[in-house]
Amino acid sequence: MISEEEVSRVADLARLSLSTEEVQRLATQLSVVLQHFDQVAKVATDGIEPLVTPTDVLEFRRDDKVHPWANAEAATQNAPEKVGNLFKVPPVVG
Amino acid sequence: MSYNDWESVIGLEIHAQLLTDSKMFSPDSTHFGAADNEHTHPVSLGMPGALPVLNAKAVEFSAMTGLALNCKIRQRSVFARKNYFYPDLPKGYQISQYDEPLCEHGHVDYFLNGEIRRVGITRAHMEEDAGKSVHQGEATLINLNRAGVPLLEIVSEPDMRTPEEAAEYARTVRKILRYLNVCDGNLEEGSLRCDCNVSVRKKGEAKFGTKVELKNINSFRFVEKALEYEIKRQIDCIETGEKIKQETRLYDSTKNRTFTMRSKEDAHDYRYFPDPDLLPVVVEENWLAILKAKLPELPLARAGRFQADYQLPVYDAFVLTTEKALADYFEAVAKDSSNPKAASNWVMGEVLRELNEHKIEIEKCPIAAVDLARLIKMIDGKEISGKMAKDIFAEMWQSGSSPVHIVKAKGLSQVTDTSTIEKIVDDVMVASQQAVADYRRGKTKLFGFFVGQVMKVSKGQASPELVNQILTTKLKG
Amino acid sequence: MRDAIAKREIRAREVTEKFMGQIEKWNPRLNAYITLNEQALEQAKQIDQRLSRNEKVGALAGVPVAIKDLLCTKGLRTTAASKILHNFVPPFSATVVERLEAAGAINLGKTNLDEFAMGSSSETSHFGISKNPWNLEYVPGGSSGGSAAAVAGGLACAAVGTDTGGSIRQPSSFCGLVGVKPTYGRVSRYGIVAYASSLDQAGPMARTVEDAALVLETIAGRDERDSTTSRENVPQWSQKISTNLKGLKVGLPKEYYSDQVHPDTRERVDQAVEAVRAAGAETVEVSLSLTDLAVSIYYLVATSEASSNLARYDGVRFGYRSDFSKRPAEDIAEFYCRTRGEGFGSEVKRRIILGTYALSSGYYDAYYKKACQVRRLMREQFLEVFSRCQILMGPVCVSPAFKIGGRIADPLKMYLNDIFTTSANLVGIPGMSVPAGFSKAGLPIGVQLLAAHFQEQHLFNAGKAIEEAMDIKELPHVLQ
Repeated sequence: MISEEEVSRVADLARLSLSTEEVQRLATQLSVVLQHFDQVAKVATDGIEPLVTPTDVLEFRRDDKVHPWANAEAATQNAPEKVGNLFKVPPVVG
Repeated sequence: MSYNDWESVIGLEIHAQLLTDSKMFSPDSTHFGAADNEHTHPVSLGMPGALPVLNAKAVEFSAMTGLALNCKIRQRSVFARKNYFYPDLPKGYQISQYDEPLCEHGHVDYFLNGEIRRVGITRAHMEEDAGKSVHQGEATLINLNRAGVPLLEIVSEPDMRTPEEAAEYARTVRKILRYLNVCDGNLEEGSLRCDCNVSVRKKGEAKFGTKVELKNINSFRFVEKALEYEIKRQIDCIETGEKIKQETRLYDSTKNRTFTMRSKEDAHDYRYFPDPDLLPVVVEENWLAILKAKLPELPLARAGRFQADYQLPVYDAFVLTTEKALADYFEAVAKDSSNPKAASNWVMGEVLRELNEHKIEIEKCPIAAVDLARLIKMIDGKEISGKMAKDIFAEMWQSGSSPVHIVKAKGLSQVTDTSTIEKIVDDVMVASQQAVADYRRGKTKLFGFFVGQVMKVSKGQASPELVNQILTTKLKG
Repeated sequence: MRDAIAKREIRAREVTEKFMGQIEKWNPRLNAYITLNEQALEQAKQIDQRLSRNEKVGALAGVPVAIKDLLCTKGLRTTAASKILHNFVPPFSATVVERLEAAGAINLGKTNLDEFAMGSSSETSHFGISKNPWNLEYVPGGSSGGSAAAVAGGLACAAVGTDTGGSIRQPSSFCGLVGVKPTYGRVSRYGIVAYASSLDQAGPMARTVEDAALVLETIAGRDERDSTTSRENVPQWSQKISTNLKGLKVGLPKEYYSDQVHPDTRERVDQAVEAVRAAGAETVEVSLSLTDLAVSIYYLVATSEASSNLARYDGVRFGYRSDFSKRPAEDIAEFYCRTRGEGFGSEVKRRIILGTYALSSGYYDAYYKKACQVRRLMREQFLEVFSRCQILMGPVCVSPAFKIGGRIADPLKMYLNDIFTTSANLVGIPGMSVPAGFSKAGLPIGVQLLAAHFQEQHLFNAGKAIEEAMDIKELPHVLQ
């Protein structure tokens, strides 16, 4: 079960603006989905190591070498707003 | 109200930028001085589809530091995502370490007020730096050159009890990082960042008070001042019945006070989880053993050895080991001259004074260690007097020449021939008969006058001891 | 076709022109492509020139392919079918794209998908719904629906899709194609817009098993820009396909043959099983008792990872930014909320909320961590089953394609569609969908083959045996 308050709280955490109607709908839909997930809780998993990435590679590190990529223009070419080659956003508070 | 009824509990979180060439997870450069957003890459820009790849040197530097901090290095450590939103954090999460950090359970010994003290190290873990935001009027501008630079976060146990201790601990950690050459430790420029966690409690109480985090401290002096202010503020609050709010406060050095960062009340829920794009960091015993063997002699150990091997007093040993390069310099002079005490005096005295005055580091000292050692040997061999040596030193600093060269060029050898000095003394006494008479009648203070005259005639080159000896004898009459 | 071009029996330029003509004719109806590559014809001409100079060309020279709009293509708009990336032109290409280019393949354009690969029908795209070429009232499946529609609709020779919970196999099944999700770590994810990092894999969607093998050979292999890629050698699968299945043990998981499965699907799957038996394989019943949990675990893990992977879409460095000119944002939080709230579609938002919730303080252990633990149990269960057989067979989906609009209103129902496909992603094993005939309504039905890690050859072998036995000659509506 997930309440509308929780949906709003989580939406804040995820920085998603939701309409009241969206919040209501999500609370209903996700409650159904979460209820379905409850079956997972019943599986005995004491001492089982979580599986995060199903790869066969054990470890990988790269040499500390600089490989220049492109330039500041390429880096900022998709910026919605910029000043010179700096990304621009509204002033940050706090 | 007495502040003495209270004690403060202090822990420090130090972030050190590691001196790698490329970033933690991408091959763009970490070097200073690039144009805006020049040192970037799809990975450090957080572009869609970009994936992190771990920098081996960052792991090496981190493990070395962990070993130097007496930590246990985990055989298997994991990277985790710390999720939060901020414009200088391109991916919307920082890759850090949470549950399984690389280094844990260490300690640092430092020297304060004549004794060695210890601070526990809870953990040291690897993470990536964020970019920089610059506020300019109606906008914030973001530069991601710094985004992705490798950081080592060193978290201490809350073992410190005074601001002085905190500052000295921080200085010591910096010293160790510089000895290892893994970080240049520049607090002003931000390659070293120091955040303090501080709470207060009545003396004798076991429970910790509410802790406050202090940020924006960019010198060790400010570490002390910020803590001093904050401790007083907390005590004042509690004494007037207020509760301490768990929060982050910024230090304002111009006003010497701390103030609240304007942020939402609910603490960040970072939703840490293991980063599926990165594999666990596996550290092998052999690799660690090799790393450990490669560690340079650390500052505390070196200071100890200076005391033992060179019979230096503890204070001198600590001054000389402030920087590895300084310790190297001193030791070269000490060994070469076979006179560690003299070496210590010269380095702590003349050399440090000149370095400070000219605002340069020991690496830029114009006098080579071998030359300073030569100077000392010349004094010990009575080739020159102590006073002459000071003049020669000044000349060495100016010209960078060796003392032998200078002495030769200026014909400055100390005169130690007894008959020569006797002759000069005789001449002086003849020229100042009145003074001689006065002296013999009891004006013993005139001795200095005679010494001065002899030195003048001999152009300062007469051996002072011999002058004293001969004058004393001859003036007796 | 590749051979014909290489032998210069036909010209790459003509081939590309023909496909471009088809695209012009049919794409408005099928909506398979979001963005076309203006350089395609020029690139095809260059292949012809190199051939005429007897220069060496790559293994796929002149072959026109379609690329799911989830893979970054340098200089060519890449949208992930989302408003939030509607104008994003990547300054770099995905490794898969680079390898296709190096092999001489001609990129015709970027195909439609469910927004950020989140969906099973291609109905959540910001750029409209794609249609199933076999019957335009039906979905082509998802999330790689555009790729499926392109190949099935004759608008490309082959396509690259991605599969996180079935997104290659299910649309392949719905559209009568061969689709392969390789072993996790076979194909680099560098440059592929991430949905769920521990589940995503790119793979081929083609008309024949051999074609699929050829494409996979080209794109697979270690990439040092993706730490999770395997160092395992990439065999030349296409050269080694053998339809003599003697000695091959085929497991039939009883959970995949329940009454949940549509009778038409069941019939076709049974027929495919017969085909492999006829080719010499031996079947054995096995059990995968954790199958019922697959969807739950998948959605917990995938949405958790996605909630983090999609945090970078914030309108700061690229993509959509809300209009703040009339109503400025009061603070940076509002800046983010409005941009992301407006830029993401509802399914994406739903999954981000779910994933954020599953990772949040107080819920992490019960949801995300628990799911990861059961995931390990699932993997162990599969490894145990693979000690008794080399491949598993069953349906791809409980039923054939559904009508457009048929499932979209009920998220849980849509999610449960994925019951047979998600396990392979969770465990990391390769899977293939091979056409096995049609439903009574004339819609394609695929059969799913699963193999142990790095055992794709078995899939190609068994797949080809089924392909030959089925000998499907029907063509989709649009090609008639």
